[in-house]
Formats: sequence, C-alpha cells, structure tokens
Amino acid sequence: MPAPEGDRREPEVKRHQRRRRIHPFFTFCRCISPKDVLQYIKCDHMAGGKRGEALDTVYEEEIMRGVRLTAVRADRFKTGCLSLTLLAPHTKKTAAMNAALPYVLRRGTARFPDMESLAGELDALYGARIEPAIRKKGEVAALGFCADFPDGAYLPGRTDVLSGVVSLMGELLLAPATRGGRLRGDYVLSERRNLIDDINAEINDKRAYASLKLVEAMFRGENYALGKLGTAADAGKISAMTLTRYYRELIACAPVEVFYCGPEEPERVARAVREALAAMPRTGAHARPVTERGQGNERAGEKRLRETMDVTQGRLVMGFRLSEDAMGRGPAALGVFNALFGGSPTSRLFLKVREEQALCYYVSSRLDMHKGALFVSAGIDFDGFDRVHGQVVRELASLAAGECLPWELEGAKRGVTGAILAALDDPVGLEGMYLDRAILGLAARPEELAALCELVTAEDVAAVAAGARLTHTYFLTAEEKDA
Amino acid sequence: MLKKQEYAAVGETVYTGETSSGLGVTVVQKPGYRKSMAFLAVNYGSSHREFKLGGRLCRTPAGTAHFVEHRLFEVEGGDNALTTLSERGANANAFTSPDMTAYHFECTDFFYENLALLLNFVSTPYFTQEDVERERAIIAREILSAEDDPEDAVYYGLLRCLFETPALRENVAGSVESIGEITAQTLMDAHRAFYVPGNMALVVAGDRDPARILDMAEELMPGSPAPAPVKLAGPPEGPLPVTVSARRPMDVGAPLFLAGAKAKCDLTGPESVRFELTANLALSSLLGEASPLYRELYDGGTVNETFGYDFENTWGASMLSFGGETQKPEYVCMRVLEEAAKLAAGGIDPDFFQRRKRAALGSALRALDSFETVCYNAAAGRFAGYDYFDTVKVLEEVTAEDARAFLAEYMALERCAISIVDTKG
Repeated sequence: MPAPEGDRREPEVKRHQRRRRIHPFFTFCRCISPKDVLQYIKCDHMAGGKRGEALDTVYEEEIMRGVRLTAVRADRFKTGCLSLTLLAPHTKKTAAMNAALPYVLRRGTARFPDMESLAGELDALYGARIEPAIRKKGEVAALGFCADFPDGAYLPGRTDVLSGVVSLMGELLLAPATRGGRLRGDYVLSERRNLIDDINAEINDKRAYASLKLVEAMFRGENYALGKLGTAADAGKISAMTLTRYYRELIACAPVEVFYCGPEEPERVARAVREALAAMPRTGAHARPVTERGQGNERAGEKRLRETMDVTQGRLVMGFRLSEDAMGRGPAALGVFNALFGGSPTSRLFLKVREEQALCYYVSSRLDMHKGALFVSAGIDFDGFDRVHGQVVRELASLAAGECLPWELEGAKRGVTGAILAALDDPVGLEGMYLDRAILGLAARPEELAALCELVTAEDVAAVAAGARLTHTYFLTAEEKDA
Repeated sequence: MLKKQEYAAVGETVYTGETSSGLGVTVVQKPGYRKSMAFLAVNYGSSHREFKLGGRLCRTPAGTAHFVEHRLFEVEGGDNALTTLSERGANANAFTSPDMTAYHFECTDFFYENLALLLNFVSTPYFTQEDVERERAIIAREILSAEDDPEDAVYYGLLRCLFETPALRENVAGSVESIGEITAQTLMDAHRAFYVPGNMALVVAGDRDPARILDMAEELMPGSPAPAPVKLAGPPEGPLPVTVSARRPMDVGAPLFLAGAKAKCDLTGPESVRFELTANLALSSLLGEASPLYRELYDGGTVNETFGYDFENTWGASMLSFGGETQKPEYVCMRVLEEAAKLAAGGIDPDFFQRRKRAALGSALRALDSFETVCYNAAAGRFAGYDYFDTVKVLEEVTAEDARAFLAEYMALERCAISIVDTKG
C-alpha cells in the first residue's frame, strides 16, 4: 500500500489480517519507526555504507523550479513506488483545504473525468494504485499522491508501467476535471462531505481520539493543535471557488517533492517527471514552510483533562515538551532515547509498566521531532490513572538521573539501527524517511543516521529525559454509573 | 536436502523440503536484500477448540490458541524471547488467526542467532500457573480494548449472524469469561497436540543460506514424524445465516455496516486458491472501484472511501463480505444484491473482466515484495496443500463465467446477513 500513514483514514484491512489477533507489542514496532529518528540531523560528515555494504544509487536533483526529485534505484524490488508531495503550511485557514484537495483531484481529470474511467486506466496499468495522501509533519502539511505499481519486467510484453503512472499522476495534479474554469462543484461538495464524515469519525478509534484531544489542548494557540484534517467547521466552508483559488496558489508556489524507489534508471524517471509536470506554472517563491517549536508556558504546572464516554477501557495520554537542549542532541539521540523509554519492547514502559507490573494492555511513547514533543499513550483500568501516571513519571526521572543500564542502551540502539536498515528494503518506509529528511532539509541519509545511532551515549539519553517537561494529561474514562 | 525451484513467471527462487521430524521448511531467496524474515507457523488457531491428545478428548475454552501464543515468549529462568530478539535489533511479533498461529521476526543482523532462538522458544513450553494468572489480566484488557473498536464490533456481529459453530462465531482472543477457565494444563495440552514439527512450517525470506537453515531446523526441532493432530470440527455449516441482521449502538461518528454470506467450505489444495481468486475477481467486478455500482454509490454520496469488500477462507469456513460507513446500510446492501443478480443473469463484460484480471496480476506481483505476505502465504499454502508461487498461473485460468457463477450462487438475498453499528441517540 502506498504510504499507509499518508492515507487520510486507515486503508482497508489487509486480507488475512482482520481476524488476526496481533500480539500487542505490534504497536511498539510501529512506534520505533525510523521516521521518528530521522529529523534534525545536522551532521553531514558521515559517508558510505554500513559495514561496507553497497548502497543503492540515490539520485537527488532539482528537476524544475521548486520541484525536487529523489530517486533510489534498487533492482531487487518488483514494485515501483512513486510519490508527489506539495508542502504547505498547516494552519487553521488551510488545514481542511489541504486535506480535501488531493481527494478532489483524485476524482477525475480532463481525460478521465470520473472514478470509473480513472480506475479503468489504473487497471490497464496492471492494477497500479495512485492514492490521495495528506500527512501532518509538525506544522507542515504534506499533500499529494502516493503510487505503487508492478515493475514491467514480469508483465506480458514488458509493459512500461512507470511512464503511464507518472503521466497520470501529472494529469491528476495539473489537468483536473473542471467546470467553468473551476474544480467541479459536485466533486468539491462530495469530498467536503466525506472530509466532514472523516473528521466526525475520529472518535471511532478511542486511542487515536485521546491523542488528538491531548494535542488540541496542549498546543492551544499553535498550529500544531489542529488535527491533520482540520475542523468540521472549516471543512464546511470549502467551496469550488475557494478550493480552486487555493489549488492555483499551491501549484504555482508550493515546493514539490517527488520520490521514486524501484528498479528503473533514475534518469528515465527524471525525464518522465519533467514531461508530466511541464505544464506546471512555477511562478511563485517556493518558500519552504516551517514548524515553530515553542515551549508553551514554562511556569505552568501539569494540566489534567478528563472526558467520559461509553468505553470498556480507559485511555491515558501524557504530553511533554522537549527543551532546546534535548532537541539539540540530534535525531539519533532522540530516537534512541524514545526506544529506551517507551518506543520498543525493550523499553522501560513496556518491561516495567506493562510486563512487570501488568498495569496496562498497551503503553508506548512517541516522539515528534518536527515539533519537539513526546507523548505517552496507555490503555488502562478506570481506577489505574494514579498508578500508571506515577510510574511513567518515575521511569522518566530515573532516566534523567542517568540510571540507564548498559544493556538497555545497547538494546535501544540496535532496535533503532535495525529498524532503519530494514526500512531500506521497504520502498514505502524509505519514502517516509526521505520525505522527513526533505521537509527538514537534512544532509544525512537513512543509512548514515543508523551509523550515528551507534554513537549515542547514556549521557545523551539522560539529557533528553531531563529536557522533557510534562505539561498535559488527558484521560478518557467510563461514564459514572448512577447508584 | 531442499529442492530448488525457479518460478520464472514471477522471478522467484524457492527452496522447499522437510526435516526428518516433518517440519516444513521453505526458503524464499531474495538476493540483494539486507533484511530477512523468519516465520514459524503452527497449523493451529482459535477455531481448533476440540482435539484428541493420545486418545483423550480435549475441549478447550475460546481463546486458548491466543493464550498459548502470549505465554510462549516466556523462557524458563525469567527471560523473555521477545526482549532478547528486540535487544538484538530484530523486529519480532506473533499473531493468532482462526486457523494459524505464527511467530516471526525481521532483522538485518544476528539472523541465525535469532532463528535459533525462534525455533527454541516456540518448541519449548514453559507455563506456570502464576504466569497464567498474570497473563489473564493482560489478555482481559486486550479483549476489553477491542470491544471499543466499532470495526471489530461490526465484524464479529456479522460472524454471529452467519455461523452456527461456536468456534467460528467467537473472537480469536476469546471472552473475559472463557479465558477465566484456562489453566497451565490447558496450555500444555494444546502445545503438546499442535506444536509438533509435522504440524508446523518454517518460512524464511531473504538472502540467506538454505542448507544452513535446514540444518538448524533439523538440530533444534528434532523428533520423529508423528501423525497429524486430530482436530474435531462441528457439523458442517448450512448455506443460510443463523439470523439475518444485528444492530448495535456505539459512540461512532457515522453508522457502519458489514454484510456477507457463507461460501463453500470443503475445498483444499489448488482448488481453494482458485476459488478465492474467483471470489475476489467476482466481488471486484461487482463493487470494486472500477465498477459502475461503486461510482453510482460514491458519486451519489451514499458511500465513502471506506466502502470495500473481502473474502476469507479459513478452516471449515469461507465468507464473503462488503461494507463501510454509510447513512443507509440496508439500501446499499440491497443495491449490491440487485446488481449481483443483474450480473448473475446477464454475465460480466469480458473486456471489463480481463482488465480486472490484469489488475489482479499486478497486485499478485507487488505482493512478492512484502516478506510478511510471502511468508504467510507460503505457510498457509503448505498447510492447505497448494503452492503460493503458482498463484499467477491459477489466476490466468479464472474466467468471467466462473465469477458470474460465483455471484449467482452466493450473492443471493436468502444467503446474506447484515451487521450494523449505529450512532447513539
């Protein structure tokens, strides 16, 4: 599936998976995602592959004004992966439009004016998928399309699927279905309604909902407080006129990242992308949007929020701001710290809070390096708030006091390194890492970052832990029963 | 000795064979990859609740297979295999489904050390009553957590509409009550019955040495071939649902539904693959994104991008389903059945069907890049008696008439049931 996290909603459940009861630490494997450790790497002196292994050829070039192509050539893959991403500020004014636009564009083009004819063209390209995507990276919205498709080598007549996909993606972006010079009103209205439905459905997944509510309260007044999809009220204001105006502004001004990974020659990909985007009016400044770090009110104590709902299990989320000093330790240190604290099955939170004390079904930490924030999320009993909250605070204090054991540090380093190196064999994982790298303007490539993780010290980990300040706690619990 | 086989059509080289104790070993060569995956599967899942162990009849509570999976990571002496694998940088996990339990890891370093550990901990049970009590609390929380999930609710709602057999109606993890009956002895019985080499398969994907993998499996999972465990199934399921509809209000943003029907359940080997491919092609022709019906419902605002279909084939049961979020579940269900009747009577346009097959071919090729998909399917193929790497060949044989006949037989009103999760109030 193209960039799972890029989908506005979770993609349809993979076959054979719906009835699988996945072992709970599955969630930890996701939390240790290399994407979490890639950001803010300022080091450009690392070079070459790990232990002398050959690296894939990586081609990086600005192929048009404000359009950058990263192409990773790897002939071990039978699948090509292509993404086209526009970077825009994630603000109250733009968030809902950012989320709606890729979906409106995906409804039809001048040549394939409806979903049925588009789907027919994708069938002809051997079931290539081009999916709309919206991702929130700090206070930057990354919107566009992600595609994956089979490589021609194993298809009848060695069909050239790549050219077809690149050109169709170009059409989706630059030649949408229009009426009277505007994006089609019926498509805009229909996707506006779908977006509002999606925003209303955020309540369905209680764990994710709890995190959204925490972020909303914790970053009030900052753009980061806004959910990826914006608010239902702002979505309701979208019209064909406003969205068309915004669309024109974006294709003229937004920086564009194109990523390809697969067996094709990068030069061929570059040619195809240049052709597909030839009509793009690159007249704007292409200023890269940035995230304001911010420290919130440093004197305020911890704020506790509580909400009741008809649930069978409590959901606790704790939010921490990371100090400039903590962030200054760099992405490798931050990634290793997170793996050690709550981002892996060898972490303090997993081993002590879940396994040893059996206080919760899941507990994990996630670190957002774009914003400089740390989140702990746990599924707990309704009466377990104080015990879990207390234990999480104690574990963090213990790490800040330098009580990290050598085996813990080694395990965390190996975990992060292993995840990054494994992602090099996964085009979708690579896409995510390179997008983060591009948004933050970093020099080091993923394999170089893996090498940096091995240099992280116990002192780095203690410094990151010491720089984490708990500002907000959110608890979703059951309604009180009447006596 | 493993047998080497080249699948030119899909560009894969696969080594297959068995240890002297009967453990199936498959190594999928993936040259150029740094990562490798090892996947140790047991032909045992949540639906295998009754079995014979040395002539004794064992009836186990719902959730036993999943409970075994949770406890097996614990190694004698207080260590935990998951922790050890993670410390070495591997990404390890396990799952239980109605007909399979599997333990797997993916890593770039320490592959053979990790493989040794995997073979060891899965074949060496260590269940104490004290640990069982502790795990019970964790699993109970897992069950409760899933109860808040509307997609789980709508899915199990449909299963309970369709199936009579308790083992097919229940949650893989069991219920808080059923797991209360599980003891260390229950887990031991299940392990002794099913975790025997002849009932298991090891699949490795990566750039690794097949001979060395076979040697390790030979050494670490010894024993003599034993007869396959006897799983006792209930009476075969009839074609009709037990009840036609179920509704449940929940805290959700929009109503969602899942409708479906039982399909053939007595197929094994290549026939079961063919049937599954036929089902998927039939359903995608009927209501996939390229179908006129999808366009009608999506353009009309009746469904959104969550609308889709699925087909599942597991031990003793197969089921087709379709659904998503909508304000009008019954209407969508009726439109799907009407359209199915139309295609069943008039047939599926051959050009359209050919395009669906083309897309299915592309999708089968793409799947080969996912180690987890490859390992899962290779293991499932071994247990069900088919060769996963021949899927593309089987796909070529499926005709539009097969798909039409599928719709005619299974997408009939009287066979269908619908499960709905409503908004509150």
